[in-house]
Amino acid sequence: MVILAVLAAATTPPPFAAPNSLTSALGPPWKGLTGSLGSPSSLQWLKKQRQCKRKAGTSSICAKFELKPPPYPLDALEPHMSKETLEYHWGKHHRGYVDNLNKQIEGTELDELSLEDIILATHNNGDLLPPFNNAAQIWNHDFFWESMKPGGGGRPSGELLELINRDFGSFERFIDDIRLAAATQFGSGWAWLAYKANRLDVENAVNPNPTDEDKRLVVVKSPNAVNPLIWDYSPLLTIDVWEHAYYLDVQNRRADYITFFLEKLVSWEAVSSRLEIAKARAVEREEEEERRKREEEEKSSDGEVAEIYVDNKSDDSEAE
Amino acid sequence: MALRALAARKSLAGSGFQRILGARGLQTFSLPDLPYDYGALEPAISAEIMQLHHQKHHQAYITNYNKALEQLDAAIAKGDASAVVKLQSAIKFNGGGHVNHSIFWNNLSPVKEGGGEPPHSSLGWAIDQSFGSFDALITKMNAEGAGLQGSGWVWLALDKELKKVVVETTANQDPLVTKGASLVPLLGIDVWEHAYYLQYKNVRPDYLKNIWKVINWKYASQVYEKESA
Ligand SMILES: [Fe+2]
Ligand SMILES: [Fe+2]
Repeated sequence: MVILAVLAAATTPPPFAAPNSLTSALGPPWKGLTGSLGSPSSLQWLKKQRQCKRKAGTSSICAKFELKPPPYPLDALEPHMSKETLEYHWGKHHRGYVDNLNKQIEGTELDELSLEDIILATHNNGDLLPPFNNAAQIWNHDFFWESMKPGGGGRPSGELLELINRDFGSFERFIDDIRLAAATQFGSGWAWLAYKANRLDVENAVNPNPTDEDKRLVVVKSPNAVNPLIWDYSPLLTIDVWEHAYYLDVQNRRADYITFFLEKLVSWEAVSSRLEIAKARAVEREEEEERRKREEEEKSSDGEVAEIYVDNKSDDSEAE
Repeated sequence: MALRALAARKSLAGSGFQRILGARGLQTFSLPDLPYDYGALEPAISAEIMQLHHQKHHQAYITNYNKALEQLDAAIAKGDASAVVKLQSAIKFNGGGHVNHSIFWNNLSPVKEGGGEPPHSSLGWAIDQSFGSFDALITKMNAEGAGLQGSGWVWLALDKELKKVVVETTANQDPLVTKGASLVPLLGIDVWEHAYYLQYKNVRPDYLKNIWKVINWKYASQVYEKESA
């Protein structure tokens, strides 16, 4: 966010595919606050990082979240998405979420957290606290602007295409899936492509037996401000299906908007970069989980009777 | 189709719901006419909004509701329990959309036909009892409507059990009955973005402020008197 906040003030926006901007949009680890992997030490690190980041701006704005501009001029998505739509969608709606969140968290303990940690903390296991909607909508809109580019569309390539073929059968089937998700989000919300790693479908549950099949692409939809971070998925792509995203351009015809998003605007380069980060993150977390397990085993074998130690050593299938 | 269009031409004095025998004996629904012209609510609500809202949005709920009911009929005939369950969300959403909009059109009226005139009847008294004053009710509904996240409705309802009027909100197209079986809708205000975006853009509070100029309190009073009798 440091980098982003600084760049936000500059006239040239950050290139959407630059690893730096994407890393900061996606990281730091999302489970910091409530997840099983979040140790007190990692929480400290997150807090510190945020304060540090905020110092990157001038002193008067360092304590606030910034409205980050799209990585292209507001008229760059015409004729598909009009300048007028961007002026309202970014200039009014997105700005409103930023202004409201800054007001809501001022002087509270949330003020020191990263945007991702505010989202997780205020999601509150589905019993939403007031800042949740604003915080998640800031994150979602930043992510949405970077999901598009002028002259986008076409087909993905490389590993992204391979995984799409593997997990959906074909690119065409994936398009059908995400189109259906976007069209059938009943009310305001978002449609997503996400990378699901080592997690059950149950919210926040750690998969006891991670296999390669868990590391797969999924299409999901979410109501209002909710995003896949709260299910611990790594988002790769999103389509805003609030009516304000398309009403000035195509009125009630959400299906037309979904079509031009997928055919003319989506940035597959951005999605590919996010996939890289999501995979690296999954590996990192697996290693961390392993390390944690090992430490626990060592701890218990230190203080407990020898037969457990022997059991553990002898055979995995008998370990229970 | 011709049959449906013909049958759709009826006044809103009735229930607003059309029941037509389809090919398989299935009851389907069709779009009720508006009891005023599309431009009759200007400047509070533009003709363009009214036309799209009625012809496109409400029609889409009806089309998809009928489709879901046909699928439900087929699923029941086949004894396919999981298909029946799977259809529930589409039925609730599209059926709710039809029910809610049918009420909404009745809740609006051009100024020259009495739109915006506060209720003086027993409903006016009940509003004072529950909220202190008519203005206090408006302030409350404006605040609840503006604060509603995403899409939904803000309602003035008669609670038949408590025998008083209450304010409720529902998400998306959930009909009021999902908030309580004893609730009767007197007035529903659509706060989906499609209800105001072309005119008011992101400023939902301005839409809410202006809609009171065309609220049909006569209709709300009639429902109140009938249901509280
Ligand atoms: Fe949006
Ligand atoms: Fe509506």
